[in-house]
Amino acid sequence: MRWIGKDVPRKEGKDKVTGASRYIDDITFPDMLYGVTVRSETSRGILQRTVFEEGIPWEEFTQVTCKDIPGNNYVALIETDQPYLADGKINHPLEAVLLLAHPDKYLLQEARRKVSLEVDPLPPVYDIEESLNQKEIVWGKDNVFKEYLLEKGDIDQVWEKADHIIEGEYKTGAQEQLYIETNGIVAVANPEEGVTVWGSLQCPYYVHKALMALFDLPADKIRVIQTTTGGGFGGKEEYPSMIAGHAALLAWKSGKPVKLIYDRLEDLAATTKRHPSLTRHKMALSSEGKILGMEIDFVLDGGAYATLSSVVLSRGTIHAAGPYLCENVRVRARVVATNTPPHGAFRGFGAPQSIFALERHLDKAALQLNLSKEELRRRNFIQEGQLTATGQVINEKVSLADLMTKAMEKSDFQKKKEQFHSENKKNKYIKRGIGLSSFFHGAGFTGSGEAYLESMLGMEATKEGKIRILSASTEIGQGTNTIFSQIAAEALGIEYDLIEISVPDTALVPNSGPTVASRTCMIVGKLVESAAIQVKEILRQSGFLASTYSSSEFSKACQSYLDKFSQLRVFSKYKQPTNIKWDDQTYRGDAYGAYAWAVYVAEIKIDLRTYETTVEDFVALQEVGKVIHPTLAAGQIEGGVAQGIGYGLYEKVVWDKGQMINNQMTNYIMPTSADIGKIRVFFEEAPYAHGPAGAKGIGELPLDGVAPAISSAIENAIGLDIPEIPVTPETLHEYWVSRKVNS
Amino acid sequence: MTKKNQLTKESGLSRRSFLKGVGLTSAGLAVTSGGEIFAEASGDASVKIISPGGATITLEVNGKKHQLKVEPRETLVEVLRDRLHLTGTKIGCDRGACGACTVIVDGKNVTSCLMLAIDAEGKSIETIEGLEKEGELHPVQKSFIEYDALQCGFCTPGMIMSSKNLLDHNPSPNLADVKHAVRGNLCRCGTYPKVFQAVLAASKQNKGE
Ligand code: FES
Ligand code: FES
Repeated sequence: MRWIGKDVPRKEGKDKVTGASRYIDDITFPDMLYGVTVRSETSRGILQRTVFEEGIPWEEFTQVTCKDIPGNNYVALIETDQPYLADGKINHPLEAVLLLAHPDKYLLQEARRKVSLEVDPLPPVYDIEESLNQKEIVWGKDNVFKEYLLEKGDIDQVWEKADHIIEGEYKTGAQEQLYIETNGIVAVANPEEGVTVWGSLQCPYYVHKALMALFDLPADKIRVIQTTTGGGFGGKEEYPSMIAGHAALLAWKSGKPVKLIYDRLEDLAATTKRHPSLTRHKMALSSEGKILGMEIDFVLDGGAYATLSSVVLSRGTIHAAGPYLCENVRVRARVVATNTPPHGAFRGFGAPQSIFALERHLDKAALQLNLSKEELRRRNFIQEGQLTATGQVINEKVSLADLMTKAMEKSDFQKKKEQFHSENKKNKYIKRGIGLSSFFHGAGFTGSGEAYLESMLGMEATKEGKIRILSASTEIGQGTNTIFSQIAAEALGIEYDLIEISVPDTALVPNSGPTVASRTCMIVGKLVESAAIQVKEILRQSGFLASTYSSSEFSKACQSYLDKFSQLRVFSKYKQPTNIKWDDQTYRGDAYGAYAWAVYVAEIKIDLRTYETTVEDFVALQEVGKVIHPTLAAGQIEGGVAQGIGYGLYEKVVWDKGQMINNQMTNYIMPTSADIGKIRVFFEEAPYAHGPAGAKGIGELPLDGVAPAISSAIENAIGLDIPEIPVTPETLHEYWVSRKVNS
Repeated sequence: MTKKNQLTKESGLSRRSFLKGVGLTSAGLAVTSGGEIFAEASGDASVKIISPGGATITLEVNGKKHQLKVEPRETLVEVLRDRLHLTGTKIGCDRGACGACTVIVDGKNVTSCLMLAIDAEGKSIETIEGLEKEGELHPVQKSFIEYDALQCGFCTPGMIMSSKNLLDHNPSPNLADVKHAVRGNLCRCGTYPKVFQAVLAASKQNKGE
């Protein structure tokens, strides 16, 4: 293959290294106003009055409340429970109540501080336990946004046959996406022309749908344009709909362009994070180390509104039993309401939470059965032809056992383990350990999701004789533009440089679906491939293209075609492969078209003077189908591992009354260049029949396996099984001290 | 219950008023609360009196001199981006924590969100826009592309400026030097390993190895 599997230069590389790329805050309009959001600051209550203090020329400000909304006051997503602007009821401390706009951004900040809200408080609910216990009902009838019951076999008859029954409880904290570019939107809106927004976002058509409902306007009156986006990781999946609505409302009322950019404090406090989780495991094992049954209770904290929580829960549920064969499974999964800002999409999307619990629980079981962590997993790995927890037959050759062998070799696992064991005895303060995790991650939307989406992608020839891809799939750093160009160039048999990518602008591109769920390469990439095949076919049939051709002949063929017919444009639409069957009611069937498989090994060092844990070496080995661009793919894994290290060790959201109080980059700690040790990435390639050139999804995978491997290594180093993350020095200290007290 | 909107308020002293104090004091000036600004009797002849409406200063950016009127509270990054339209320098935190706004001032890395524009007067400022010379990218820029040391690209201008400044002062850095040089540049995409590779490779190219 000429382009697939090659390290071609990133499409937008030059613009990004010269500072020429235009991000949202780089865009201004003459006569533009700045916007800000005034928020409730009370976790739950009824808004009585808004007080505008003296000393501000209030008449100069554009003010928008829920009364100014032309259409529906909800952020259209799955449910319609989340208002754009509070209409009396306050459900979390960052609830937007009032919007202000003014040309002077300094005065605007001052004005925001001079608004006071009088709220009659209601009793709030702050965590999973309180919500489950229904201390107060804060959402619906029972605080539960969504519940799933996933069942395989008969778990209830398993316990009496078991040689071992092992129980455990695991907790994961919230995690902030922390894209370095904060959220922002610029809007132009008026009744004549409709609404146009530019923004830092992942899913143009999500915003499009939300604005149609907010303004009660038809599709052609709403236009959403993605600007170069400084990272998303899920954090710019659903939240931009909120900011776009706010900016557009201010623009609509003032008649002027409005820029609404969150500063870091506001971005951290107000926008979505990874759902905190609480998981209880009860596992039945035979004396040979076969898993006979798993009963899992998986609960996520959804925050104040439903947003995407049901879908996040779904992915977490399906991944909860992992890549292991088990005939009897019951997963009861719920996502519940609390009075904190809604939690949302973050790379991994529910799977990192349930996989953390399972992998830690397996380590616990291995210890109890006196088996190595590796061996217990080997005895239970799912094989080709066997059934997953949802009853999906694994139709690909699964090589987890091979991956395990290779990961053991690359990390020198056994030798390291012995070496650390003897060194740790001699060293009072420095303790080293090595640990692992094995896992899978489904690519694309869950179950029938892709079939419902009916994603569409376009491709056209340009006057210059180039090919332009029309897609709403956004480049957010992960390399969409580059891999799409490779796939197209390969299928067309032309130069990589002859491929252009249209700006994701809803006025120009069809809806290829959201840029989420590791679906861009596998699902939308496949559409690129089939569109390219159609283009080639049309050119051939028209007689302009011979059976063999050079790139310049291809360009000429495009131009001749355009001269004659004025347009060459094709669309390709996603069709679910017929072998994929899913039943939403029973929650059974083929959950995902394909899975990526992985074994990760972490080597860590703990300093028992500071209780600090450092990752010294990390081996990330995965099978992801055909790798389209090795360097980009490795970059995805390295970046994911870095975020996973943060998730496992550093990144703690500190809550007070439903509000993140460490909302700064100085006290919410993400890994820096000084914190990242060696990350060694390895790919195994087993081409997937329905992916472009055999590729599967890759983006989310690394987030699943890093934290459990680190916790496993911590256990190996100091014999402490810490069932929660992040393991900050404070957390480690707490567990270490209480262990001494206990023993 | 009445609550003040305090999302951006921090314990009395805002970052800007804090900065103003630091910045002006270092220039030998003191600020009064009424907005008037007086020169201190410092005996420093270079002391300028700035009226509340702002001061006219000359900034030398990428070798070019710009005369412009700035308010004392305006930071260097604001002036670069909003007035000179040099938007390559980014704002990630506006508080000196992320490094996205890194520029080189008189040969030193500076987080330009923490420097007042008036304090940059008379100094030589280099930004990302100044690295490409006559259509030729700087070796660090080339190397970033070659090693794909960027993903979303938002940290990239700052990351490149820190790396460039390292090579200006230390043409043969080792891995530890590179890690140290970019430790203030946060990258959420996790490009660190590729940044290390790119900078080390650029240093070799520089020397024609
Ligand atoms: S914007 Fe200046 S350090 Fe973050
Ligand atoms: S490349 Fe995205 S933050 Fe560094």
